[in-house]
Amino acid sequence: MINQALIKEFQNITGKDNVLTQKADLLTYSYDAAVVEPVLPGLVVRPVNSESLGRVVKLCCENNLPLTVRGAGTNLSGGTVPIVQGVVVLTNGLNKIIEINEQDMYAVVQPGVVTAKFAAAVEAKGLFYPPDPGSQAVSTLGGNVAENAGGLRGLKYGVTSDYVMGIQFFDTQGEIVKSGSKTVKCATGYNLTGLMIGSEGTLGVFDEIILKLIPFPAHRKAMMAVFDEMSKASETVAAIIASRIIPATLEFMDNFTIRAVEDYSRAGLPTDAAALLLIEVDGHPVQVEEDAQKVEQICNKMGARSVRVAKDDAERDKVWAARRSALSALAKLKPTLVLEDATVPRSRIPEMVQAMQDIAKQYNLSIGTFGHAGDGNLHPTILTDKRNKEEWERVEAAIDAIFDKALAMGGTLSGEHGTGIAKSRFLEKETSRATIVYSKQIKKALDPRNILNPGKIIGG
Amino acid sequence: MSDIKELTKLIKSLEDQLVVCMRCGMCQSVCPLFEQTGREADVARGKLALLDGLMQEMFEDPEGVYARLNKCLLCGSCAANCPSGVSVLEIFMKARVILTGFMGLSPAKKLILRGMLARPDLFDTLAEWGARFQNIFTRPVNNVVGTSCARVVSPLIKDRHFKNLAEKPFHKIQPSLDTQPGKSGIRAGFYVGCLLDKIFPHIAQAVVDVLNYHQVGIYMPEKQACCGIPAVSSGDMQTFNKLLFHNLECFSPDKFDYLVTACATCTSTIKEVWPMMADREHKNLIKKISDKTMDINDFLVSVIKVNPENQAPEKNRIPITYHDPCHLKKSLKVAAQPRALIKANSRYELKEMLDSDWCCGMGGSFNLQYYDISSKIGNRKRDNIVSTGCKTVATGCPACMLQISDMLSKNRDQIAVRHPIEIYLESLKL
Repeated sequence: MINQALIKEFQNITGKDNVLTQKADLLTYSYDAAVVEPVLPGLVVRPVNSESLGRVVKLCCENNLPLTVRGAGTNLSGGTVPIVQGVVVLTNGLNKIIEINEQDMYAVVQPGVVTAKFAAAVEAKGLFYPPDPGSQAVSTLGGNVAENAGGLRGLKYGVTSDYVMGIQFFDTQGEIVKSGSKTVKCATGYNLTGLMIGSEGTLGVFDEIILKLIPFPAHRKAMMAVFDEMSKASETVAAIIASRIIPATLEFMDNFTIRAVEDYSRAGLPTDAAALLLIEVDGHPVQVEEDAQKVEQICNKMGARSVRVAKDDAERDKVWAARRSALSALAKLKPTLVLEDATVPRSRIPEMVQAMQDIAKQYNLSIGTFGHAGDGNLHPTILTDKRNKEEWERVEAAIDAIFDKALAMGGTLSGEHGTGIAKSRFLEKETSRATIVYSKQIKKALDPRNILNPGKIIGG
Repeated sequence: MSDIKELTKLIKSLEDQLVVCMRCGMCQSVCPLFEQTGREADVARGKLALLDGLMQEMFEDPEGVYARLNKCLLCGSCAANCPSGVSVLEIFMKARVILTGFMGLSPAKKLILRGMLARPDLFDTLAEWGARFQNIFTRPVNNVVGTSCARVVSPLIKDRHFKNLAEKPFHKIQPSLDTQPGKSGIRAGFYVGCLLDKIFPHIAQAVVDVLNYHQVGIYMPEKQACCGIPAVSSGDMQTFNKLLFHNLECFSPDKFDYLVTACATCTSTIKEVWPMMADREHKNLIKKISDKTMDINDFLVSVIKVNPENQAPEKNRIPITYHDPCHLKKSLKVAAQPRALIKANSRYELKEMLDSDWCCGMGGSFNLQYYDISSKIGNRKRDNIVSTGCKTVATGCPACMLQISDMLSKNRDQIAVRHPIEIYLESLKL
């Protein structure tokens, strides 16, 4: 239990200001961005340096206090919703970019660095950190690694895990564990870095992260292809990939989303189109021009009504502003928004897009589908009002149906949002009973008292 | 706990607006307060969650919620950046009114709001006395910024560097105006506002001069009252209504085509807060007035068609930078117009500062209650102003002018703080 003496100990470690005990403060750490029930923690602690972070972990362990690490709390699977009477450890006080090494192209950061700020700092040096989750303006790098966050550039550049070279973290006893290196190659020891990525705070508490950087692409070209039939758009996605061109981004928007965006932002989108593809190629200027031409040809051949290639940066920005406003536009239609991220092998995108339409019809729900078609990661977005119980039941059934469909196509429950508590009960469907048992054994071995973010991914 | 039941019922009236927040947390990236503290209760999402908690009755600490709700600059950055379009300011103000009704107004606020602000005549008299005696208690510290500080340590003023009350308030220089339009054919009501009247009368005069220059008729009635923002943001509807009704009597909408102000806060209050808080009886009248209300920069550019393109730039122009007041940029979307006025003066060259629309940290009573945080936010602004190398900063809000003056003066910066209308007026006198 958290008593006065223990609060005092936390205060001794982090300073009085960085320990929150009043209920009104605790309530503001009971939720994240996922549509799940809030849980009131017992205490919130905000270490501002690495040493005190370790001591906080140790103190939690000694007192059997469940500990949930929280960055910006933008999580979409409930991974940062705490445990009743547990301790929330905030990382936003650990927000230093320790090093950006231009020569060897890596950076060392603390977990609380905001993703977009890091990307900007890196870009100022002509380097590139590609992972760009939708929440990047606020999300933290620690959270990105813990959730293995993705983004719009996943198709060509991969996701967060493709950029983590090494990690330093506290184990459940508050002892420092090191894994990986600042070198491109590293074969030393177990690949604990791999184990920690996507572990959602259940196996350790991140202290420092080494991230890989790449050169900033010299040239970019964006275009928008308009389709009168949904199937033609989704088949075009498959055709582009099949032609061995890998665009940096290849985004899809269905008619429902197009209309919502147009209503919201008057971007000049064709509201009568069945679907849009927003495509960008980047790299060496000559290659970019050639690829862009090929992509344009493929779109036309596959039956695009029109293809508009951005002539300059302003036009390019317009294309991406339209895509970026998709979530806002949909969010304004109904109070509750459930953003799913079931993902399929990209050749199955046409089937998946069709399945979303069928599911919307079957459960009589408004579902806007947009997202990263190029990497198979669509975001069917269900619009509802959680207060409407009858409709909410249909929403839950529809989510089940979406997962079943994705898994039947050899897909996955989550492309980039993580398992958390929202999807943990489906995990066995994708994997196997033995997988769950194996994972639980690892968790038990590494965290015998089960204090590190218990209940997440593999359940209780 | 019958009281809490009553409170819950009132908060429930906000339910339809509260559920719009999807807890995405995007407000964190633009909240000047959150940037300083990193606390979820300081950002909109946290406050909305707290109000939601009160509503669900899962929570028995209305005082705690009230304290956190009041710790906000009401700058509206969150609302301007909210993907779901949550009416954050409306929720916060209404919730402040509800919770103040439940908790009661603090004695200090009661004295200031009901004892002084609600009585425009007394407020004027007190300000005049203040102006007469201020030199005894204050001394000048920075000639360029034009600031003073307290001679003796005072818990109210602390180490602030402030602008003194004007020797003669504007209503003594120019008690009222009622002129016919010249060739513009337009008549503008002029709402002066407390700060322009009592601290910056020369800016009020500049407004009059510019309107005269463009042959705009002016309707400026006597005995104008405060727009009511300090009252409503303290949850004091009694005072707010009193001021509102007083002003409604002064400004009958058939007397003018537009109602202009040179204060970002007054404009956004009349345009947005008055209709938001209006009772049924006055709704139509208020809508007529608020529809006609316009920021002076906006009026000159959009209605009078002042065009900077007409000016050929001079050599050796004076660099000037511009700070976007939250109430202009985020609430009213007025950002290009003040810049156009500055550019209309060929002697100046506009140099943008970093994050010109990041809040200056003033926030009205926030500055009084949380001076430390207010100063931290203000110093960020100060650094960005200084980095431009400009010796003048312009901004369209007298409250921002006070805050920026305090920050610059305390850092001993020799930078003048001016209103775009002054810069524009200069160009007319060339």
